[in-house]
Amino acid sequence: MNWQSLDHFLAMGGYGLYVWGSYAVTFALLAAEILLVAKRRRNILRELRAQARAETRRT
Amino acid sequence: MRTTSQLAFPSERRWNLFRFSSPQTFYPLAGKAIPYFATAAAILTVMGVYVAFFVAPTDAQQGESYRIIFIHVGAAWMSMFVYVIMAFWAGLGLVLNTRLSGMMASALAPTGALFTFIALWTGALWGKPTWGAWWVWDARLTSELILLFLYFGFMALHAAIEDPRRADRAAAVLALVGVVNVPIIYFSVKWWNTLHQGASVSLTKAPTMAATMFTGMILVALAFWMYSIAVALARVRSIILERERGSDWVAAHIRSNG
Repeated sequence: MNWQSLDHFLAMGGYGLYVWGSYAVTFALLAAEILLVAKRRRNILRELRAQARAETRRT
Repeated sequence: MRTTSQLAFPSERRWNLFRFSSPQTFYPLAGKAIPYFATAAAILTVMGVYVAFFVAPTDAQQGESYRIIFIHVGAAWMSMFVYVIMAFWAGLGLVLNTRLSGMMASALAPTGALFTFIALWTGALWGKPTWGAWWVWDARLTSELILLFLYFGFMALHAAIEDPRRADRAAAVLALVGVVNVPIIYFSVKWWNTLHQGASVSLTKAPTMAATMFTGMILVALAFWMYSIAVALARVRSIILERERGSDWVAAHIRSNG
């Protein structure tokens, strides 16, 4: 085990800002991409459903 | 329902690769594959991050700051891999004129750009404590920045042309020309005297690092690889629906699946 305590772990031997800044931004960006991809899917499906409903009414 | 490719090659109707190049066939296939890649990505991420912080020892020279390597190297590899695969699909689209190829290239570009940014960002945060500078105009860093601009250029050019098939072709040419930058990034640390260190891992010699460090790096790199496949497949499904919206199969699919 590398760390004696949570404080040690968070401090990263004085490099906390750099190490956590790297990991936090990386995983935040990956999460944001997943949300954007999910949103894009919801949007196109909503449009296509509205289109389908409009067509059924017309016929 | 008969697709155009089946009508064009009636003798090959039973089995041909072109069948999978039809967005209609690929759409459900991608949908089935996504959960597997997403699960693999999640498991590998947990394993990789665990090794990165709890198994890999403190570095004798750099202390704990070196732990950035686990995401930095994987992201940098992905930034180059994704570009090559994107250019491959773009080139295939130019040669075979298949619709799906251009869609795949478009689906990969944002993910590639994201990993390029992550490589640059983590590099800056690692460079500050080890080199004393967030950024230097060294060959490795500069060529990686050019890679980011190539991704942006690809997406901007594609977005600027209204007809998607024409946009595919124009962006494909840009993607193919830009491929020359990938070997420049890879070999930059050999060809020029860079501040950036040489490769820690290569195919010809044993890794110049502790086995646990190497394991952690490979696990995170594999996690990124699985993540990229899952997210690109998810994005291409939306692109397929957006671009095939006028077709009978999309209308039928929406009617039957709500």
